[in-house]
Amino acid sequence: MTMYFGSLAELWAMDGHGAFVWSAYFIVAMTLVLAMYLPIARHRQTVGQVRRRVQRESITASSTS
Amino acid sequence: MWTWFHKLGSPRWFYQMSTRWVNWLGALACTLLLIGAVWGLAFAPSDFKQGNSYRIIFVHVPAAVVALAGYYVMAIAGAVSLIWKMKVADMALKSCASIGAALTFVALVTGAIWGKPTWGTWWVWDARITSMLILLFLYLGILALYQAFEDRDSAAKACAVLALVGTVNIPIIYKSVDWWYSLHQPATIKFTGAPTMHPDMYRPLFLMIFAFYLFFAFVVTLNLRAEILERERKSRWVEEMVGAQ
Repeated sequence: MTMYFGSLAELWAMDGHGAFVWSAYFIVAMTLVLAMYLPIARHRQTVGQVRRRVQRESITASSTS
Repeated sequence: MWTWFHKLGSPRWFYQMSTRWVNWLGALACTLLLIGAVWGLAFAPSDFKQGNSYRIIFVHVPAAVVALAGYYVMAIAGAVSLIWKMKVADMALKSCASIGAALTFVALVTGAIWGKPTWGTWWVWDARITSMLILLFLYLGILALYQAFEDRDSAAKACAVLALVGTVNIPIIYKSVDWWYSLHQPATIKFTGAPTMHPDMYRPLFLMIFAFYLFFAFVVTLNLRAEILERERKSRWVEEMVGAQ
């Protein structure tokens, strides 16, 4: 398979449509990355909360015994 | 069959089972998205009428297709949550809504960017585009409705009903280009009959549609896992799992 465009500069320019095509792909990429990142960050945050709580509880449990 | 159904209804079971494959699913979806994007951008031939601006199709159509299919998935989750009061179904409904909204947004924005060089305008109040905008509001409405309720069960019920009522919009979106005079071009790929497109163009398009489906499944799983963990954060198995890490 060969590239449709002769050079990377032509690929970038897309015969004058480059601004439209590349900005569209950029927005898609950003949206998809955000959609992926948000639940991962939320998951990580909850794990952190549970871990701190479990540690706290084990400390109080051992100090009272 | 019923034990399987019960297992699926258990948030813990879903969480633990998905731990094994969620990263693989994500890796596969992202790889296929990259391959499809490079294929569509650099290797597919240009369109004889629209030139290179048509390359937006490789993200626009898959996003729109999956945003619509995702709504069905969400509505089915809503029906299951209403009928069997299954908690996982309610969480799945919520998990579909955010990625569904993101994909609808992507379809609308890329459509606007495609519209400018092709139709000479960013936006028209056209049947297809307006009904897609309603889809975005339905997704966002469901997310807002979750925030509006203190009680989780009432929120689940209200959102399930809204999701089911909103399905009316989906066939309207599908048929809008046939029913009304529209600027939007009719579908280039159909279930019946051959696509009205060159194979060099529809092959990357099919790949992208498949990749978007996988990505949707991946993000729904991520959302669902985050939701399960948050709702079950006080339960024993979560404490043990976090402690064991």
